[in-house]
Amino acid sequence: MLYRENGQFKTTYRADQQLLPITQDRFFVWGVVVLAFLLVPLLASDYAFRALIVPFLILAIAAIGLNILVGYCGQISLGHAAFMAVGAYAAYNLVIRVPGLNFLVVLVLAGLVAALVGIAFGVPSLRIKGLYLAVATLAAQFFVDWMFARVKWFTNYSSSGSVSPADVELFGWVIDQPVEKYWFVLGVLVVMTLLAKNLVRSHIGRSWMAIRDMDVAASVIGIQPLHAKLSAFAVSSFFAGVAGALWGFVHLGAWEPLAFNINLSFNLLFMIIIGGMGSILGSYFGAAFIVVLPLLLNQLPHWLGIEMSTAMISHLEFIVFGALIVFFLIAEPHGLARLWAIGKEKLRLWPFPH
Amino acid sequence: MRLATFKALAAAVSVVAAVGSSAAFAQDKGKAPAKAAAAGPMEQFFPLLVYRSGAYAPNGVPFANGMQDYLKLINARDGGINGVKITFEECETGYATDRGVECYERLKGKGPTGATVFQPLSTGITYATTDKTFTDKIPLITAGYGRADSVDGEAFPFNFPLMGTYWDAADILVQHVGKLNGGLDKLKGKKIALVYHDSPFGKEPIALLQERAKMHGYELLLLPVTHPGVEQKATWLQIRQQRPDYVFLWGWGVMNSTALKEAVATGYPRDKMFGVWWASAEPDVLPVGADAKGYQGVTLQHSAGRTKVHEDILKHVHDKGQGTGPKDEVGSVLYNRGMISAMLGVEGVRRAQERYGKKPLTGEQVRWGLENLALDQKKLDALGFAGMMRPISTSCKEHGGAHAGRIHTWDGTKWNFSSDWYEADQQILKPMIQKSANAYLVEKKLPRRDCAKELTGG
Repeated sequence: MLYRENGQFKTTYRADQQLLPITQDRFFVWGVVVLAFLLVPLLASDYAFRALIVPFLILAIAAIGLNILVGYCGQISLGHAAFMAVGAYAAYNLVIRVPGLNFLVVLVLAGLVAALVGIAFGVPSLRIKGLYLAVATLAAQFFVDWMFARVKWFTNYSSSGSVSPADVELFGWVIDQPVEKYWFVLGVLVVMTLLAKNLVRSHIGRSWMAIRDMDVAASVIGIQPLHAKLSAFAVSSFFAGVAGALWGFVHLGAWEPLAFNINLSFNLLFMIIIGGMGSILGSYFGAAFIVVLPLLLNQLPHWLGIEMSTAMISHLEFIVFGALIVFFLIAEPHGLARLWAIGKEKLRLWPFPH
Repeated sequence: MRLATFKALAAAVSVVAAVGSSAAFAQDKGKAPAKAAAAGPMEQFFPLLVYRSGAYAPNGVPFANGMQDYLKLINARDGGINGVKITFEECETGYATDRGVECYERLKGKGPTGATVFQPLSTGITYATTDKTFTDKIPLITAGYGRADSVDGEAFPFNFPLMGTYWDAADILVQHVGKLNGGLDKLKGKKIALVYHDSPFGKEPIALLQERAKMHGYELLLLPVTHPGVEQKATWLQIRQQRPDYVFLWGWGVMNSTALKEAVATGYPRDKMFGVWWASAEPDVLPVGADAKGYQGVTLQHSAGRTKVHEDILKHVHDKGQGTGPKDEVGSVLYNRGMISAMLGVEGVRRAQERYGKKPLTGEQVRWGLENLALDQKKLDALGFAGMMRPISTSCKEHGGAHAGRIHTWDGTKWNFSSDWYEADQQILKPMIQKSANAYLVEKKLPRRDCAKELTGG
């Protein structure tokens, strides 16, 4: 009744091709953006910002990046945390070695450096596929881990290998309060989402999907696998690099190579599998699931007033979290984004289902 | 029917979301811990960052139990710190930096005056939370770990690496092997291997060992071991090839017992191996048992053993069924470490109460207490810590308090002291600390705090 596109006629190609063709969707998305920028800062506490919302937003950027590679282009990567690390350390070195550089420029450059590294590790994808490619991308993870732990130049000869840059500053605005961090990260996320959304429906995005669905057929109709695959690796690593720089500078503040270890790579992969492959929205759902749920589970017994030992709580957290992952994958193998789409379909028929 | 289930599901989801979000958002309404609640309950809140699960649990558990038992003792025996009851809450970090930061955020606003003092129990978490202390004004006690350069109280106003740092420990070890060889100059041409946990914790001592290598002319082999450290075959192959004269073990958790097992397998003499205090506790040697005999470790002051305070804990806490862990764990190395760490926090509060009154104090007030800590032998004896540690006194400039240590040796069943006291050589350490702390200030674009000015300014 409420969600129905009857009567919304498009008279120009422009109107037909816009990002959100359905009026209700447009209102909804604008509403969400306005709420996120204005209402959430009034409601959320420092803790919610620092521990839940900011990490969720940053990892959503990384998940979108990985989704472009895995979900849209069909190339698998088990080393995406490595590209995040490249972004973070590139940003760190730019900040300390080029004083006075605007952080937005740093962010873009960090993304570009990560994109270059991504292309380098994407080259094997031209010859190998599937599980074999997964193993090749694993090499990126181990190589980058090794490089930042061993090559002292990258960490500015820090004695412990841990780096801690100054707070982010933008045109004299020092971003150190949780709300400011939130606004900044949210702004970046909105821009990156728009970028991703437009890329995947452009001819580049269509060439990625053609490669994903059948690469021989794609090359027969004139899509160059070289361009398509490497551009997917580049864009995907760019997103990861930006997310990595934000993760280090805005979320952690000080980090060691361990912050970008293989667990993070796996977590990113879980995010897009649970959230939904080949869906930008799914990346959000997946990031929320992986970031927020464990913390929620960890604190639930406390809120409910159940006395439990700390060890018991953290073991329970693992058990329940694992069980939920399995449950969601059985209930909806196409991810949470698919559930959302089903909800929308149902809403169109509501309240008169066939 | 279908519609009904869908509705029920939606309702359930919204309820869960509402509960979750309201509880998360209600987390710290007392956002600004700087304001002392005048009418609040007479309570001082101690956050406890622990790890009772994961690869480091065997070592983390006794530490956590020691901390909690001591806080319980203060409540049960003395009724709190001068009448101010201690409350505490644990948060599991699993030794992971991001979870540690989350725990810090979760607990910092609790209690009437916010968190009193954090003990991050991980060098990585120390690095990550150090920045936050500037705005939150909550001190960090890193008793025997953390950043070595944070001894400089003018650069790190809220860090307290009390009772020694990794640089102190490494310095004492070099002095000890120098003494074994009949003088530091005899170390020339010797080979020392550092087998370390590849994390900020393991890398901390490298700077000092390199500095000392330059002075004495020994060769330093750096052999990193990746987390969690169960795979060390390659490392020990290198040791077999290179035959170092001594092995310093900077490990944690399961890595230590693995290293000892590898040493047994390689035939490397255990009495040439020295562990840092994290690597010389019962959980490290017990899995190897008698084979670990002769293995030594540098203690920053105490070892295993029971004194008067343990009797009190057994009487007031364990005998009343309030003990956190098993009874026989009381007095083990890491239990003692946790207990002493808790005691330092409590004494910081007690000292601050002398200035600010016997009421719940804020983190910033407790900082003053920690900065003016003066635990002389008489006070330590009264607290029941006689024989476990030496007097400790801090100042605005010097946040370490003490830099002494002893070597202890595992005889197959228990730890025994096997050396006299050593003092870390401040002539070597001071310039290094200065240099590193200055580099930190430049990188973070922070001004240096002026202690002289604060003293005259009151």
